[in-house]
This record gives sequence, C-alpha cells and structure tokens, in this order.
Amino acid sequence: MTTFTPTPQKPWRASKRERGFDFAILLGGFLASYLLVALTPMKGKLAYFALFFISYALLAALLKGLTRGSAAAKDALVSSLVVVGAVVTVIPIGSILLTVLQKGLPGISFGLFTHDMALATPTDPLSNGGLLHAITGTLTLVALALIMSVPIGILTALYLTEIKGRFTGPIRFLVQAMSGVPSIVAGLFILSAVLYPITKAYSGLMGALSLTILMIPTIARTSEEVLNLIPNELREAGTALGGTQWRTVAMIVLPAAKSGLITAIILGVARIAGETAPILLLTGGGDKVNPNAFNGPMGSLPYYIWKSFNAGSPEAITRAWAGLLVLLGIVLILFTSARFLGTRKISR
Amino acid sequence: MSTPNLVIPSPREITTEPRRSDKVFRGVVTGGGLSSLLILGLIAVFLGYRGFEVLRQEGFGFIMNSDWSITTDDAGNVVESHFGLAAMLVGTILCSLVAVVIAVPISIFSALFLNFYSPNWLKKLLIAIIDMMAAFPSILFGIWGFLVLMPSVEYWAKLIHRYLGFIPIFDMQVPVFTRSPFVAGVVLAIMIIPIITSVSREVFAQAPLDRIQAAYALGATRWAMIKAVVIPYGRSGVIGGAMLGLGRAMGETVAVFTVLNIVFQVNWHMLLGAGGNVASLIILKFGDASPYEIKALMAAGLVLFLLTLVVNASANFIVKRTGKSGR
Repeated sequence: MTTFTPTPQKPWRASKRERGFDFAILLGGFLASYLLVALTPMKGKLAYFALFFISYALLAALLKGLTRGSAAAKDALVSSLVVVGAVVTVIPIGSILLTVLQKGLPGISFGLFTHDMALATPTDPLSNGGLLHAITGTLTLVALALIMSVPIGILTALYLTEIKGRFTGPIRFLVQAMSGVPSIVAGLFILSAVLYPITKAYSGLMGALSLTILMIPTIARTSEEVLNLIPNELREAGTALGGTQWRTVAMIVLPAAKSGLITAIILGVARIAGETAPILLLTGGGDKVNPNAFNGPMGSLPYYIWKSFNAGSPEAITRAWAGLLVLLGIVLILFTSARFLGTRKISR
Repeated sequence: MSTPNLVIPSPREITTEPRRSDKVFRGVVTGGGLSSLLILGLIAVFLGYRGFEVLRQEGFGFIMNSDWSITTDDAGNVVESHFGLAAMLVGTILCSLVAVVIAVPISIFSALFLNFYSPNWLKKLLIAIIDMMAAFPSILFGIWGFLVLMPSVEYWAKLIHRYLGFIPIFDMQVPVFTRSPFVAGVVLAIMIIPIITSVSREVFAQAPLDRIQAAYALGATRWAMIKAVVIPYGRSGVIGGAMLGLGRAMGETVAVFTVLNIVFQVNWHMLLGAGGNVASLIILKFGDASPYEIKALMAAGLVLFLLTLVVNASANFIVKRTGKSGR
C-alpha cells in the first residue's frame, strides 16, 4: 500500500504563471515608456515617470481583461492608480527632505550656534554671524506660548470630557473652527487688540500671544482624544472612594493621561515652531540675542530664514537653507518624540 | 413612671449640592472651555472695529472693486484712497481651487492605498510620514516651492497651455508662466494632500466591515467592493476633508507669497503669472503701510477670517455627519 501525503495548497498565492505575467507587465511598462520617450517628442524625467505608469496600468488592465474579463481589468487599472496616488504623495516629502539636507548642510558649522547676527548681514560670508539669536528667540516664543496655551487647551479638553455641560457641542465646534483660523489673522488680531492700543512696540510677547491662539486648538483637540481614552471605571472608582470631582480629575484622570497630554503639547509646539506670518507682523525680528521677551524686537528661526531668503545672494540663500535644516530638525525631533510617547497613550 | 428620655438624632443631611472645591473647579474649567468662544469673538470684534472706517467708506466696493491705492499729502493725511479686494479674493479662490482639484484625487487614491492595498508595515510607515509632512512649516514649502518646484511646474504649465489652451481658463494673451496661480496651487496642493489623505483614510477605515466582507463573498473584485461599499459610505467625509483642505489653502500666507506674483487685476487665467491672495496682500503691504492703510488691511483680514470660518465650519459639519469627525 502506498502512502499518499497531500502537499499543502495555498490557492490564494499567486501562481508561478501569474508572477511571470506580473514581471512581464513590469518589463513591458519599462520598455513602452523607453520606446515612447525615444520615438516621440516627449522628453525628460517626468515623461519617463508618467509614461511608465500609464503603460504599466494599461498593459496590466489589458492582460487581466483578456484573461479574466472587464471587472478584473478595471480592478487592475485601479490598483495601479492607487499606487500612483501613494507615490505622488510621498515624492514631495522625499524631495523636501533631500533638498534641505543637501543645501542646508554646507551652511551648518559650529559658529552658527554660537554667534548672532548683530555684527553681520545675511549677505556676509558664512563664517560671519550665526543663528544663536534665532534659536534662543524661537525657544523663548515657544516657552511663552506654552505657558499661556497649555492651561487653556487642557481646560477646554477637560470641559469637553469631564464636565460635558450645556456648551459641549458649541465649544467642540468652535475649537474646530479655531483650528482653521489663518495664522496671519491671528497675527492681525494681536496687532489690533494688544500691540496698537496697549504696548505700541514689537516684542517677543506679541509673537507668543499670536502663537498661543494657533496652539490652543491643537492641544485641546489632541487632549480631548486622550482624555476620552481614559476608562470610565477610573472616574467611577474615584467617586466611589468619596473623591470630589476635582480630586478625581486632579489625582486620577490627569495622572493617568499624562503621557498623552505631553504628546498633545509636543504636537502643539511642532505646529507653531515654524509659524512665520504672525512672527513677521509682531516680533520685529531683532538681530542679536534678546533674553527679554517683553521689551525690544526678538529674532526667531522663521524670521531669520525669511530675511536671509529675501536678501537673495548665494550666501544668504545658504543661510536660509541652514536655518530651514535646523528648524526642520527641531520639528522632526518634536514630532518623533510625540509619536513615541503617543504609542502608549495611557501610562500606569 | 417616667418616660425614657428619647434622643432622636437629626437625620444626616443628604445633598447633591457640589462641594465648594467642585464649584470652583467646574467654574474654572467652564471658563477655560469658553475661552475659544471668547477668542473667536474678540478676533471678529477687533478686526471689525479697526477696519470699520474703511469698510464704511468702501461699502460693497471693498469686495467688488480691485484697485488698491492710497495717496497721502506731505503731512501724512489721506488725500484719496481706493481699497478693493476683488482681485485678491478671486486669486485666493482660484489658487485654492487649483490646489483642491489637484490634491483630492491624489489623496483619495493614497487613502485607498493605505486602507485596502498596502501591507501593514508599509501602511504604518506611510501614515507616520504623511502625518509628519502635515507638521512641516509653511515657510519650508514656500522656499522649496520657489527654488525647486517652480521650474518644473512652469514646464508643466507650458505643456498644458500648448495642448489644452483652447479651454478658456488655460488660455492667456501674453505667455508669462512665472509665479502664476497654477504654481501657487501646486504648492498648496502638496501642503493639503496630507490633511485630505488623513481625513479620507479615517473615514474609509470606518466603512462597515460586514458589508466589505459581504461584497467579497459575492465575488466582487477589490475595486468593485470599494465602489459599492467604501465610496458611498465615505463620500461626504471626503467632501468634508476636501473643504478642510480648501480652508487651509485659503488662509495660507508665506508659502503663497513666495511663489505668487501679486497683481491688482482680476485674473481668471490660472496659468498667467498674475495672481492675488488676501493673506499675501497683508504681508506685502504691511511693511510700509500708513495707519489708514493698516485699517484696510485689518478689514481684509476680517474678510479672510469670515471666509475661512464659513468654509471650515461647513467642512466640520459635513465630516461629522459621517460619524466620528476627522482631524
């Protein structure tokens, strides 16, 4: 008697024949795009790229259509379109990161972080001056904006999740509307409401006030999502132990949501660190380190980049790219740490 | 016989009245919660108050005319002034529409890819990258757009003009392709793709699984399933996401200012290098504006504020109708 062991079957796997077809289509796409570029007046990288995708999609659709009918043909066409969509979304990100690294790195030196621009102009050689004033300015602005926006943002989130009063619907709506306020409008508002009638001078505080307006909605919405994730049993346990609502929120809910709230704050900082328009209107953009946010113009990274970019000479443009590289580095570090913390939203 | 001296303890008072600490807490939190109302109200009030004089002088001409000129005598008094936003408003709408038209199909396709086509590890990576892109500073998009993107976009504009020039909006009298609304629109499209993608992705992810599986069980291909289940379910969410992107594009300042040539003349030809943008106008004129012109800029800011508020509010309304709201 012969034993017969059936080999395991995986019918969902693409068969050798199908994989061969896929490879042939890919090859055909390359070939068709190469021939079309060579034979027609369409030239350049764009032509290669577009023609490759078009010919690949058409070939795949044609083959599927011949073997499996029109429904499969449409499916194949959409599968390639969808990949094109994802690729087109990612290309600009790659291009931006690459350009900033490529053009910014030559401008980065140790002196950049130890000098300010008090004795230099953007068009000077790169060894003169640096962006110390811009970094300290941005840090001051962000710190001031944090002091003002964190309490308001978290209180708003607490109102939406803990109190759930009469205004919950309208406030949620208004916070969303507020997140769409253009940054320039926030700048104009501080200009009209604080700078002209009260202080009458550019200062870091004015910039920080406008950044606060832009930061509150980000913090409020992210914190609301985090607080909603706190299990209700914790609140009930707090009340059952005889805690008042204040004690429950302060001793149980907020500590439980701590890392999520930090994520919310970091995302808020990432949102405003590179904000340019209100800074241009309000801070006056000084060229030397100014530790006093309440008096005198204050430089910041976006202002430094803007000023160097508009100066236009090759040195100035390199300065702008170096500034962008530093700014992007700060934003990316903040964003990565927010994501890292955000993966465990509820800490013990 | 004496009756025993009965001591009846008074019942403990049971109350639902919150303690004082709770009253203070609730008051403070409610106050904080109402701050968004306060801030939005104050923005409208102050911009309206500063811009009132100009708005009254110009009336509806402020949004219907397109001159922007001010003449002052030596003492700095205003002799004659004309403020009209029509060209800027048309430009703002044109740029943002170009951006949305380019961004929406790309975003929908990439959201579909993320939800239904991509392997899991790639999905996580792409979501992280796309969210990160949403946090890029706008000045970065502006400078990158000006120095890197603009040459290629001008080339695309020339191609479009050559082959599709018979369509009125692609037509132009003088062939000037530099710094056109089309260029600004492409830069804005790149800025709003992450926003629309993440809203669409969240909406598509909520498409009911039982219906998806039912479609597959009936023998549908992936595209047939998407067409029958996901798109009808997510349609209004995607429209809402597109409007959120539109609102963002309308309010964008620095990125548009660096790539757009601002001209005070209504221009609907999107490939022609003469556009307008309310936010960029404010940056352009602010530097050397007289006090009276500042008032006009405040009024322009008010118009922009109301415009974006309406667009955003309707976007949020539409997104919310599909269930949980997006970003």
